[in-house]
Amino acid sequence: MSERADLAVPPILSAHRISKSFGDIPVLFSIDFDIRPGEVHAIIGENGAGKSTLIKILSGLEQPTSGTITYQDKTVVLPPNGEAAALGIVVIHQELLLAEHLTVADSIFLGRELKSGFFLRLGEMRDQARAILDTLHVRIDPEARINTLSVADKQMVEIAKAISQDAKVIIMDEPTAVLSVAETTTFFEQIKRLTAQGVAIVFISHKLDEIMELADRVTVLRDGQLIATLGTENLTPDSIAQMMVGRELSNLYPPKHEPDVDAEIMLSVRDLAAPGISGISFDLRRGEILGFAGLIGSGRTAVAEAIVGLTRKSGGSITLRGNAVEFTDVSQSVAAGLAYMTKDRKGRGLLLNVGLQPNLTLMTLRKHLRRGFLDGKSEEQALERAVRRFDIRARDPSVPVGKLSGGNQQKLMLGKTMESEPDIVIMDEPTRGIDVGTKQQIYHIIAALAAEGKAIIVISSEMQEVIGLSHKVLVMRNGRLAGQLEGAEIVEAEIMRYAAGIKQGGNDERISA
Amino acid sequence: MSVSAHEAAKPGKGFRLDLKTAGPLLALILLVVLGYSLNPAFLNEGNVTNILTRSAFIGIIAVGATFVITAGGIDLSVGSMAAFIAGVMIIIMNWAVGAMGASIWTVLLGVGCSLILGIGAGFINGFLTTKAKIEAFIVTLGTMGIYRSLVTYFADGGTLSLNNGAREIYRPVYYDSFLRIPYPVWVFITVAIIGWVLMNRTAFGRYCMAIGSNEQVARYSAIKVDRVRTATYILQGLCVSLATIIYVPRLGSASSATGVLWELEAIAAVIIGGTMLKGGFGRIGGTVIGALILTSIGNILNLTEIISNYLNGAVQGVIIVAAVYLQRGSLSARRKKAE
Repeated sequence: MSERADLAVPPILSAHRISKSFGDIPVLFSIDFDIRPGEVHAIIGENGAGKSTLIKILSGLEQPTSGTITYQDKTVVLPPNGEAAALGIVVIHQELLLAEHLTVADSIFLGRELKSGFFLRLGEMRDQARAILDTLHVRIDPEARINTLSVADKQMVEIAKAISQDAKVIIMDEPTAVLSVAETTTFFEQIKRLTAQGVAIVFISHKLDEIMELADRVTVLRDGQLIATLGTENLTPDSIAQMMVGRELSNLYPPKHEPDVDAEIMLSVRDLAAPGISGISFDLRRGEILGFAGLIGSGRTAVAEAIVGLTRKSGGSITLRGNAVEFTDVSQSVAAGLAYMTKDRKGRGLLLNVGLQPNLTLMTLRKHLRRGFLDGKSEEQALERAVRRFDIRARDPSVPVGKLSGGNQQKLMLGKTMESEPDIVIMDEPTRGIDVGTKQQIYHIIAALAAEGKAIIVISSEMQEVIGLSHKVLVMRNGRLAGQLEGAEIVEAEIMRYAAGIKQGGNDERISA
Repeated sequence: MSVSAHEAAKPGKGFRLDLKTAGPLLALILLVVLGYSLNPAFLNEGNVTNILTRSAFIGIIAVGATFVITAGGIDLSVGSMAAFIAGVMIIIMNWAVGAMGASIWTVLLGVGCSLILGIGAGFINGFLTTKAKIEAFIVTLGTMGIYRSLVTYFADGGTLSLNNGAREIYRPVYYDSFLRIPYPVWVFITVAIIGWVLMNRTAFGRYCMAIGSNEQVARYSAIKVDRVRTATYILQGLCVSLATIIYVPRLGSASSATGVLWELEAIAAVIIGGTMLKGGFGRIGGTVIGALILTSIGNILNLTEIISNYLNGAVQGVIIVAAVYLQRGSLSARRKKAE
């Protein structure tokens, strides 16, 4: 935010009165949007507001139904299928599109290989890749295979690829959704470096604080309408959130009801060890929401997966309501009343190519058997109940789940998890990549489940979420518990200290190992 | 946007879905019309019965293959497995005739052996893919070679022939009819109905689709992936065994040439029927139609002089590729519309 883009500079890319309909269904209504060289322009809106459609139109992946695109002072029809990259408009998708088995250099030059006649100039590509990575100040070996890199490094490779294409406009769809705090900081530095070179950045994000920090201007979309385009200096996170949802967002987090001091201990873990984690001990009480904070890769998901039997634990004990248990299969933990909701809703949570009903009942099909055969009516009723209870919005329940918004997918996954009527629920990143209105709904659902007497673990990389929901917070670092916070201690700075390793302890006896 | 996406999917959907479901049936009807116009004898009762009976072998095997493929697997060993089972059946029945004379028990013994061998062979394929974590293509390529070479070895490079006494008793299983429909067709119908119910009305079928669609999702959804996968191979073995039981009385012999390329015909029937080769979507009804289409092509070529019968394989190949292309075409058109 230090160097604002010069407002006198004419836009490099602009859209005038862009409308888009799919069939008879309008999704964008007469949107004006522009981006100047060296500017960071954020697009924000709830899921389904039309953000993705807008960036697809800006990059040529979709053609507008009406309206015009002007690029470098000329009215253009952008070529489809990502060919706009050759013109300098590059999109970095949320699911990074890299071939996992290629090297970094291969990836950067994919489709634009340097060749001598029939043969690749491998050495030259490697050197150029290294030079580009050096300008980004990232330490990535150009010969490393993509599948050996962290998500953050993969993103850097995408950015390096964009730079190698001499990108003038880089459009990013939720670039920080999968990055840790430290990685996000590095990423911001990269963005500033790029804008200093005159590159225009368009990005979509749900994280309002990031937008406040990074963006020069913010465009808010709601239901396909342009609500406003404003300079960041005129905005606060609250005002952005209000514009997004069109109503006042009070009580993002529900009030906390502490569980009884003598509430039954539902889950007790001692010295749990599994690949990547060790020495994990904690108790979870009926009605309690236990937050797991920590950086990405600190081992929180590994703890959950070891508890429910997705991975084999190598040591320690797990006690469920006083009974020692050893799960080797998810079906066992589900039967014992312990359910895990994955953070990877597209890869592990939902079958994207089928409708709502088969997804909802997949984990609990046995409940819908009558004399050994599936009872469609019973499944339908389950879906009706879940749609009501979790406010899942889909006009047609047979539409492939992959076409639902992230928020509705998340609610469906929550419904699927709760179908097994668990006493204990582990929710891994329950609101990743969904809009603030749906987040609020999910927070209230989580609180209501705890009030009903469920014991809940919430794993989240969004610190506000952990703070806003949890009665108790465990902070993980490098596969171990770094600290435990309760009540008034649960503040961002404390969690950060433990997560970053500045502070140790909190429960010395357990962490000494 | 997603909201709009599924709204957009609505108008086109009914029509497209119908086309996709009815596509193979439509193709079969066209083929029948074509066959009849080329040679009216095509629809004679005798010829129709012949087509149905011939379809039974591939059809029964293909019903099993539908489960394997829907769950994301593949079984290349079915043709060799059929030959192997046929060979062992004949050896055992011949031995039984020698030991205690030919009777209905000889045949029942052979049938029992066939069922055990089929289930066992299916289990081996399933075990190796799920527990030893070897790709199904590799495992079944291996067992395919093993069974083929075993039957050649048992027959000493020639033909294994069933004892004439036993053959007389066994013969009606292939040649006789009930309500003017030959027994093999009844078996085919029964297998198809049971297969359809399994696929569409039981948790097992749903699990197959889930696993083929995304194994990780299935695993995270408390589905015992390995067990279901293995069960699909066992089911496939069972189907091969049933097909062999009705095949053996037809010629009363087995050789290294028995069941050659059945695996490809079975897979072709599955694919023509609209099941996706990459898994996640299975159609038993389509598979049955697919088997009928394949057999009808050969039959039409036999009845007419336009194309040489030697080009049977080529015509089948064209039909397979065209069927898959059309399915993909209608799918992508649908997707385009939805987006």
